[in-house]
Amino acid sequence: MIVVIDYNVGNVKSVCNAFRHIGCEAKLSREVTAIENAAGIVLPGVAAFGYAISALGSLTELIKSMALEGKPLLGICVGYQMLFETSSEYGRHKGLGLIGGSVGPIPPGRVIPHMGWNLVELPEDIDLFAGLGNEKHFYFAHSYCADVKDEGVKIACADYGFELTAAVQKANIYGTQFHPEKSGKAGLKVLQNFYDICKRGVLQC
Amino acid sequence: MLTRRIIPCLDVKDNRVVKGINFLNLRDAGDPVELGARYSEEGADELVFLDITATIRSRKTIVELVEKVAENVFIPFTVGGGIQSVEQMDELLRSGAEKVSVNTAAVANPSLLTEAAQRFGNQCVVLAIDARRSKDRPGKWQVCIKAGSEPTDIDVVEWAARGEESGAGEILLTSMDADGTQAGYDNELNKAVTDAVNIPVIASGGAGTLEHLYDAIVDGGADAVLMASITHFENYTITQMKEYLRDRGLPMNL
Repeated sequence: MIVVIDYNVGNVKSVCNAFRHIGCEAKLSREVTAIENAAGIVLPGVAAFGYAISALGSLTELIKSMALEGKPLLGICVGYQMLFETSSEYGRHKGLGLIGGSVGPIPPGRVIPHMGWNLVELPEDIDLFAGLGNEKHFYFAHSYCADVKDEGVKIACADYGFELTAAVQKANIYGTQFHPEKSGKAGLKVLQNFYDICKRGVLQC
Repeated sequence: MLTRRIIPCLDVKDNRVVKGINFLNLRDAGDPVELGARYSEEGADELVFLDITATIRSRKTIVELVEKVAENVFIPFTVGGGIQSVEQMDELLRSGAEKVSVNTAAVANPSLLTEAAQRFGNQCVVLAIDARRSKDRPGKWQVCIKAGSEPTDIDVVEWAARGEESGAGEILLTSMDADGTQAGYDNELNKAVTDAVNIPVIASGGAGTLEHLYDAIVDGGADAVLMASITHFENYTITQMKEYLRDRGLPMNL
């Protein structure tokens, strides 16, 4: 069972719908025992960073410790951004600090928000992207993006007039700036892959 | 590379998709969930659902519709029509919509855009503008509210810029003069607005041929094109539209 964290922000249901659509067990919950017993955790997010992190409240520490113990974690959009140390969206906010880097505005000189389907380059050997080929379009909707400290954790990039980090992985911790649950067939495949990663069991950091 | 978006628009009344001309003379176009799923399957980039009755009774219906659509559609969709408050937006987003659009309520209270952006992020907040060519001021357009029934003195281009400042993350720009005519988008209007803002603009109203879509993007500067009549009544498939635009050199998700 995958637990999609229910923390009173925007569109969290769509992630559950997408998992169910492909026959994967997932439920929306904020219960401690459900999260502790989950095979994997998804941290969705359609919200402003500050609102999302405060809505997460006491779950912040639980999710962090579960991730550090090796439970697969997938952050999506703001959920992905929350994996980093800080964000400057409407004020200064602390993230989960699971991945080194900070979240700031998309560099000016282009249409912002970055909204729509962007081609993403996918490396072949990443389990999250298994079976997807070298590149696919995914749906993005964001005005802020992560400045990732460690080049080694970047697993996918997109060209939006600058090199945008589209996904990261650090051992069992995954994050996508795009919305797999809203990216049609390619997105559903990413969720299927994450489900398979969870099924393979808890990895060690 | 970010692709240009093809967005079918589903105007919903009494749980049916309808389409009129210049916002009048509505014609039935099918079941919203079925039509949404079909467009998603055919490769639409996004969908827009507009509750054109927007009464208290229809509000409950639209939430149920959003839930049903979200179970069957795995591309983003926007919901609009009669939204008054951040709480209503929250309900629709939690039901499965990716974005919400506001028109009348934002004109009455522009801080609604700010409040929504601070809570949901501006990428969720679509400012819908129904624009009509001004009779008194040539080369200008006036903002209309209440499903187009009430013209205001507000200038469309100024309002678009103010909307961006207030927190809108996207503009859904409908030309009421062109709506349903299938005679082409109002690209003067599109150009005036896309020049004035830095957020994405969806051109709406008037699509009749494949060339119209191209013109809205190239001449009008639109990031996305919205259409209803030409796709509901099966003049063109989504794939035909995308292939045509791709063959004319535009980046498309195909």
